Parts: sequence; C-alpha cells; structure tokens
Amino acid sequence: MAAEAPDTTRPAPPEPIEAVPVRHPGRWIATAVIAVLAAMFVHMLVTNPVFQWDFMLDNMFTPAVLRGAQTTLIMTVLAMVLGVVLGIVLAVMRLSPNPVVSGTAWTYIWFFRAIPRIVLLFFCANLGAMYGTYELGIPFDQQLMGWLGLSGDLRFLGLDGNQIFAGFTAGLLGLVLSEGAYMAEIVRAGIQSVDPGQVEAANALGMSRGKAMRRIVLPQAMRVIIPPTGNETIAMLKDTSLLIAVPVTTELNFQLRAIGSRTFQIIPMAVASILWYLALSSLLMVGQHFLERRFSRGFGTRETKAQRAARQAREIGNTK
Amino acid sequence: MSDGAQPMVRAEGVRKSFGQVEVLKGIDLDVQSGEVVCVIGPSGSGKSTFLRCINHLEQVTAGRLWVNGHLVGYRERGGKLYELRDKEVSAQRRDIGMVFQRFNLFPHMTALENVMEAPVQVKGVRKADARRRGIELLERVGLAERVHNYPNQLSGGQQQRVAIARALAMEPSLMLFDEPTSALDPELVGEVLDVMRGLAQSGMTMVVVTHEMGFAREVGDKLVFMDDGVVVEVGDPRQVLGDPQHVRTRAFLSKVL
Ligand SMILES: Nc1ncnc2c1ncn2[C@@H]1O[C@H](COP(=O)(O)OP(=O)(O)O)[C@@H](O)[C@H]1O
Ligand SMILES: [Mg+2]
Repeated sequence: MAAEAPDTTRPAPPEPIEAVPVRHPGRWIATAVIAVLAAMFVHMLVTNPVFQWDFMLDNMFTPAVLRGAQTTLIMTVLAMVLGVVLGIVLAVMRLSPNPVVSGTAWTYIWFFRAIPRIVLLFFCANLGAMYGTYELGIPFDQQLMGWLGLSGDLRFLGLDGNQIFAGFTAGLLGLVLSEGAYMAEIVRAGIQSVDPGQVEAANALGMSRGKAMRRIVLPQAMRVIIPPTGNETIAMLKDTSLLIAVPVTTELNFQLRAIGSRTFQIIPMAVASILWYLALSSLLMVGQHFLERRFSRGFGTRETKAQRAARQAREIGNTK
Repeated sequence: MSDGAQPMVRAEGVRKSFGQVEVLKGIDLDVQSGEVVCVIGPSGSGKSTFLRCINHLEQVTAGRLWVNGHLVGYRERGGKLYELRDKEVSAQRRDIGMVFQRFNLFPHMTALENVMEAPVQVKGVRKADARRRGIELLERVGLAERVHNYPNQLSGGQQQRVAIARALAMEPSLMLFDEPTSALDPELVGEVLDVMRGLAQSGMTMVVVTHEMGFAREVGDKLVFMDDGVVVEVGDPRQVLGDPQHVRTRAFLSKVL
C-alpha cells in the first residue's frame, strides 16, 4: 500500500496521545466535604428563625437606609478623592530635595498613621471647642498691629467653629487627614517605581520638573498606585461606619443598627448591613477595574482603538 | 550668536566629580556647527557624563561649557556665576536633542504621542500642527505604519528611531547620541545608523558616543578618543583609526577592531 502511494504524500501525522490521566482522589474528597459543609450552612440560614429574612428584606430598603447608603458612598468617594490629592502633595513633598519640606511630610505621615481613625474622628468632632470661631487672615496680626501702634486685626473671614466641625464636615476632615498619610506612602512607592530615565528624557526635551511629574511620572506611577488604592477605598467604605464617633447619624450602618435596636431584630439588620457593604464594595471594584484598564495603556499587548481602526483600514485596502 | 565662526559646543577645562571621584578631568573640545563628532573610549571613561553635562543633566564642577554661545546652566555677570532656574535650564535644553542608549520612550504614549508631547507641552504648538509634524517625522525615520503603536509593541530599532523623531520634533540645533545602538540586536543596528547618517547629511550638528567604528569613519568629521576622564586624541576619524598617535588609543583600538 505505502509503496504505491505517490511520493508527494507526507507520512501520516502521529496519532494523538491517549493516556490514562492521573487520578486525584484528594480533590473528590475535598469537594464532598465542602459540599456537605455548604449544605449545612444553607440549611442553617433557611431554618434558623433568628434570620427573619422577610423582616430583613422589608426593612433594608427604607428611605432612611437608602439615604444612609448614599451618605456612605458620597463620604467614601469624597474622602478618597481628597485623600489621594493630599497623598500626592505629601508624596511629592517627601521626595523633595529640601530637607525641611520632606521632613514636614515625614512628620505628618508619622503622626497621622499612628492615630486610630475613630480617635481622630472624635477629636475632629470636638475641634469646635478649641476656638469659638475660625478666622482667615494674616498670621500674628494682632501682635503685628500692636507693634505698629495700631489697633484692630487683619481677618477677612470668620466661621463658627461649632458649625464647621459638626457632622459631615468633621467626619470628612478626619477621614481625609488620615487617608492622606496612607496614600502618601502608596504614591511615593508609585513615583519611585518609575524608571529615572523617564524624567531624564522629559528634562532633555525641555520639560520642567513639575511638568515631567504631571505628564510623565504620575501617569506611569498610577499602574502601581491603583491596586493598593482600591484596597484603601474599600477600607474607607468600611471605615465610614466609624463616623458614629462624630457622630454622623445619616450613615448606613447607624441607620441599619437603629432599626435593629428599635425592633429588637438585631441579627436580621446585622445581616442586612453585611449585604449592603458587600454590594457597595462590589460596585467600587467595578470602578477599580476600569481605572486599571485606563492606566495600563502601553503595558499590555491589547490593541488600541486607533490601532484597530488602522488595521481594519489596511485590511480593507488589501482586499480591494 | 550671529558670529559664523562660533562653535556649537565649546568645552574649556570641563571637570566633573561625583563626591570624591573625579570622572571628567579637564575636557577641552570644540564642535563646529554642522559637524559630526564621534566619541569613543573604554567603558567608564566619562563619555556619557560629558554628554550629560552638555545639556545640564549633570552640573559641571569646574571649567566652562558653552552651547551656541550660551554658558550651560549659569549666567555670568560681573565675573560671578549665577545658577539658572529650573525654567531657564529647561529653555536651554529645548535646543538640544538627546537620544539614550535605552531609548527612554514614554511607555504610556503611542509613538505619535511620544513625538507630539514636547512640542505641545513645552513649546505650546497646536495639537493639530504637532500631529502633522509628528507623522512627517515618523515617516522620515521609516515608521509611517507604526504611529499608533505603543513602545512595547515596537522592536528595539523601531523604538530608537521613534526616540530620534521625538528629539527632532523640538527642532534642535544640536543632537547628542549616547551609544544609540548598544542596546540593539545586531541586525537592528543598521536601520538606526541609516537614520543617523541621513540626519548628518541634512547638516545636523551631532555628538555621537558610539562603538560603531564603521559609522565613525564614514560619517564622522572628527573622532575623539576619551580615556579616564580626559581627551587623549582628536582628529580625522580615518587618521585616528588608521594611524593612532597615542599609545592608549592604540591599545583601545587593538581591543575593539
Ligand atoms: N551619578 C553618578 N554618581 C556616581 N558616579 C557616577 C555617576 N554617573 C557616572 N558615574 C561614574 O563615572 C564614571 C564614568 O561614567 P560614564 O560617564 O557613564 O562612562 P562611559 O559612558 O564612558 O562608560 C564611571 O566610573 C561611573 O561609575
Ligand atoms: Mg556610557
């Protein structure tokens, strides 16, 4: 047979391997154990009367709870945005060649990382007691005016301390001050991860230090900064429940707990709280995913929109 | 400045120390406008440091360095030197293009964005104009098909050609090359040298640190041999390579040729 076949035919490709696969009995045992445990857990959830699922569902979407979720989300986003801005400023200061500037940033970070958030929040809530009013003006103005033989002061804007340091603002202030310290370290690590050759290339093109930082270094540092910032954001979401120390009573956890204590249905509302935080942090994870994609441009092998357009144009050109 | 005989680069007794270590020990060198000067020498002899001094990426510790008649990094008034501000140093660098051994393209920007960045951000050129000019430059270095690729989608030779286009976009009057082909696979060296040869023929003033003796002989107007922080020998490339006068030049060339 083979001898009669024409010369041009190549030898038949080797037939695919059919071997007996290695068995993994351990995997089957583990699967069985987990299945049993999961079944027990679901059974407990369904049959144990403390969960009161109907009650929970009826009460976890009341207007007050929805407002609480809104407050929690807004607080998280605001505290993170301002915290990141503060962190960038501190990180750039920390890397400054001026020892006073970098020392100031170091001291700030050292101080605010040491303080538990709940303690800081409590302190911020009571800043109104330190001075009755907070005024904007020229420092040491009264001493200065006295020295010049004049009376009066040089202040432009006065605010009632008890008004600014109440509720939402006090809570936001505390969270931002604390977050800035953590973000500073994250941003610094990001900045330092960028190849120094990048700054040199930017400088050689005539870009100033500030412009090189904004246009070249920070966008590349974002790749390193974003994943830990995602962690920080989720931690922040959870830490808004510490606002009870201010107190900010419109916040999510407070509202759910209030329903629980009022109705003596503690466990259902605690479970409702868990589910709410799960849902909100999942939402934030989606945001993180898109941010990561945005700042990984030029680092993966994904085709960009412009490249796809160019390739399609070429392919159409070729088929014509 | 309008003096035709004024050199593009003039170095007089340039010294540079890092801490206790003196890396440049008094460099005297003139580069005339339109000239291509190639610099060779053993590793660690201070070639890169000298190039970096020319655009003030390093500050010289003694001596004087002028580019286009301007003292680099300082202003001289009443016999005293005043350090220039960050902004003024940046302004000086705009006239000097630099190409690095490791390309140093901006990885988060496409080839075209790399080329447009400095004109738009530094010179305030309108985006549409910068784009048109950028595409022209990328065509000139043979990368018309690659304008929308990110650096990590390009070969080393292509990346280096983008880097050259990026430097040219600022319309410099002087180009510095620090071993532009040393990080490339051998088969990619030629395409970069071709672009540089074209640039030299167009009349660009160039200072090229290189190990490509063929390029130095063929394109260079002048060859500088540096060793241990000093200029050991300067001359016509053919002459220096064919009949080196100095024993250290001979020793070096016998190793690389
Ligand atoms: N930033 C720096 N700090 C300390 N030493 C340096 C620095 N840059 C270069 N050097 C030293 O200066 C010498 C010359 O370096 P370089 O100019 O890079 O040489 P070449 O480019 O000729 O190989 C080397 O010994 C190197 O270690
Ligand atoms: Mg070098």
